[in-house]
Amino acid sequence: MTAAVAISLDVNGERVEADVRPRLNLADFLREHLKLTGTHVGCEHGVCGACTVRLNGEIVRSCLMLAVQAHDSSVETIEGLSDSGEIADLQSAFRDRNALQCGFCTPGMLMAAQDLLKQSPQPDREQIREHLSGNYCRCTGYQAIVDAVETTARMRAGRVP
Amino acid sequence: MKASAFAYARATSVADALELLAAHGEKAKVLSGGQSLMPAMNLRLVSPELVVDIGGLAELRGIVVKDGVLTIGALTRHVDLLKSPEVATHAPLLKDAVAHVAHPAIRNRGTIGGSLAHADPASELPACMLTLGACIIARGPGGERRIAADEFFAGIYETALLPQELLVAVELPVRPTNSTHFFQEFARRHGDYAIVGLAAQAAVAHDRFTDLRVGFFAVGDRPLLAKSTANLVGVAVTAAALSEVSSALDEELNPLEDQQATPAMRRHLAKVLLARCVSSLLSRPDLCSGVRA
Repeated sequence: MTAAVAISLDVNGERVEADVRPRLNLADFLREHLKLTGTHVGCEHGVCGACTVRLNGEIVRSCLMLAVQAHDSSVETIEGLSDSGEIADLQSAFRDRNALQCGFCTPGMLMAAQDLLKQSPQPDREQIREHLSGNYCRCTGYQAIVDAVETTARMRAGRVP
Repeated sequence: MKASAFAYARATSVADALELLAAHGEKAKVLSGGQSLMPAMNLRLVSPELVVDIGGLAELRGIVVKDGVLTIGALTRHVDLLKSPEVATHAPLLKDAVAHVAHPAIRNRGTIGGSLAHADPASELPACMLTLGACIIARGPGGERRIAADEFFAGIYETALLPQELLVAVELPVRPTNSTHFFQEFARRHGDYAIVGLAAQAAVAHDRFTDLRVGFFAVGDRPLLAKSTANLVGVAVTAAALSEVSSALDEELNPLEDQQATPAMRRHLAKVLLARCVSSLLSRPDLCSGVRA
């Protein structure tokens, strides 16, 4: 009964079919099976946020989801958001402000930040901190990350006539 | 760590899920959003032989208000509670509480039924169920039964649910029009499990409580509906009266020790929250002066 289960899902816009063991979590499926290693695996119990991906447009912890649960859904990883250019401005704001050092948390941090900016385009620093509260960074002390998200929000607002 | 191997069944209906649970009993675990079960499985605290995935059962999702009762389907996610106009109107305490449940990415998956069935004594929603006088609806091979919230939580990760039963919904009485509420918790990081928390609903008239229900969490092996706070109802609350109730509350608490706090620290913080709660609900800053976390 622990036999593999057939799943079919969209990953970054491409259809993926696979047979997976039930115990395989979505993060490991993305990393090991699809070689999308931008999704990082940190704590494996939902605390650190490094494995954050989008599922049907909403951010989720890919370590707290089985690959079989992603059947029939649409998953977007940091590779998808990066390649499409959706977060190019956010990425360059992170780079300009040194909002990363080792980079381990950065994919999850960008996922969560972009999720916030989509929902509330003009967040204050408190809202930014709250939305990123589920993402640990052990290098930066967060100040620079909050700065980068705030700057991106301002720049996006400026672009709208 | 990774979860150990298990078999997986995607339930196609509630009846199908119940059949699987009847056949496998304690060897099976129900998976809804997985935000409590998956960490427990990854940490190998739980190693079910069979995981019954009820995540696709649309019939268990949704929020309905009818005849003074707010019915919330078990698969309703935290984010749905947070955004629901019905919850905001009829159970605003619940909305305040859910904002403290974990983080956005977890609230997008976690469900009310999963949280209640998991019964972590430090989680917010079980205590809210006590405060709001909720009724938990479980379906089993013999049909449905209704379990009062104060009989539902039986210990750390323990509930009145039988292995063959599925939590399908919760019912909350809609709040009385004159009611007011208060929610606060101490946590090291916003969204983490509370060190101690309080969820209260009250009615106030002429500067006195006409009703006061105070639920605590992370103060023992299960959430607690305080009895001693009854002494604050119908009287002019003084600092002395509050202090007496606070001492009586101490008798009701049975806090556990963990890496976050000692029992003594939890007792102290519970009293701080009670003072803040009473002070805030009665708009009496004086009742909170001198109380320090």
